[in-house]
Amino acid sequence: METRTPDEVPVVQEAREEDLELLPELVTHLRDRRTELREQWANRITNAHLLSAMTEEEIFSMATSVYDSYVEVLETGSVEALQAYARDLSERIIPRGVETYEVVGIVLLLRDVLARSLFEKYQKDFELLNRVLDAYEPAANRIANTVAVSFVRERERIIRQQQDAIRELSTPVLQVRERILILPIIGILDEQRANQFTEQLLAGIRSHRAKVVVIDITGVPDVDSEVANHLVQAVDASRLMGASVILTGLSPEIAQTLVTIGVELGKMNTVGDLQGGVEEAERLLGFRVTKTDPADNHLH
Amino acid sequence: MLVSILRQGSYLIASIHEALNDREIVQFQQDLVEQIGTDRARGVIIDVAALDVMDSFGSRTLLNLAHAARLRGAETVIVGIQPTVAFAMVRLGMGLDNVHTALDLEEGLAYLQRLLQQQPDHQTRHGAS
Repeated sequence: METRTPDEVPVVQEAREEDLELLPELVTHLRDRRTELREQWANRITNAHLLSAMTEEEIFSMATSVYDSYVEVLETGSVEALQAYARDLSERIIPRGVETYEVVGIVLLLRDVLARSLFEKYQKDFELLNRVLDAYEPAANRIANTVAVSFVRERERIIRQQQDAIRELSTPVLQVRERILILPIIGILDEQRANQFTEQLLAGIRSHRAKVVVIDITGVPDVDSEVANHLVQAVDASRLMGASVILTGLSPEIAQTLVTIGVELGKMNTVGDLQGGVEEAERLLGFRVTKTDPADNHLH
Repeated sequence: MLVSILRQGSYLIASIHEALNDREIVQFQQDLVEQIGTDRARGVIIDVAALDVMDSFGSRTLLNLAHAARLRGAETVIVGIQPTVAFAMVRLGMGLDNVHTALDLEEGLAYLQRLLQQQPDHQTRHGAS
């Protein structure tokens, strides 16, 4: 297998040497008719209702840049500049909800617009047209590939970034009272998150010297036997460190699912909601909350 | 020295300073159960804070030790289990059921104090007024 840098997009189709000689001529043609072709392309984009999230001016300025880099790729054979531009563009348009089909669509439209102008120019000489297309097609396909791959990679990068962000945010360890911690779990608890959660829980017990931990799973959409098993492990590990765990926020559906699938949560201390959990924790540690008459405060 | 057993009032505090092999841990178990009798200890604290691994033999021996100590009249608390050790033990299914655990030495002492206060104090001599 040939080695390549992760940024590079493999070349699917190679042009023959003798056809490549035609590329300079092609480039000149595309440069000469830049204004006209670019406008045709922008019109096609609008008519196809692609990039509806962008304004007309934005589409036009994007069209200009892509057109120029497109011709440049044909001229130099190097996709780096186009790749960088595509990445940059993707970064700007992804947050606005531009979809993959739109990006692929506009590049294919440009390919069609340019191909048509070549047909027009060389229609008299079919032999030559064939050779021009032989030179043009591999380069055009490579460009389409590059732009699409750059877009998808950028999207994947953003998704990864967001996953990391969610992971970091997901389980805060909060101290509500001396030696009482609250850990709300939000979202799906998969293997990786469960391990991370338990690590944070144990580290939190250590650093806050916690005796009671309230784990609230109101934000966990689905609890299956695997998740329940993770919770049981977290509770057992906490106990080894001398802290007891109160589990709160089991919805009626989850409670019924657990009973149906026969998960043993019997040794767990469960309370209906977070408030009840905190009250139970306070009771375990001997805190007593008393309500005073607010009017009394005004007397002093 | 791998293990030190100190006497503090009616408690024994055993600190394990480094990982013990199987023979050493059995020796430790014998020494401690022996000393519970000679010192008339009512509580035992085993501090494992220095350990960063615990194998199944080790945890089973601790469990046996606690049960043996109870038969000799002393309650056992295991303190100082590290977070990573706790996680590993649970994942390998080595719980320490029926043995009390506490965060550290201070917590362990507090627990024993509470526990033994609830029991009738057997040092009070009957008939003394």
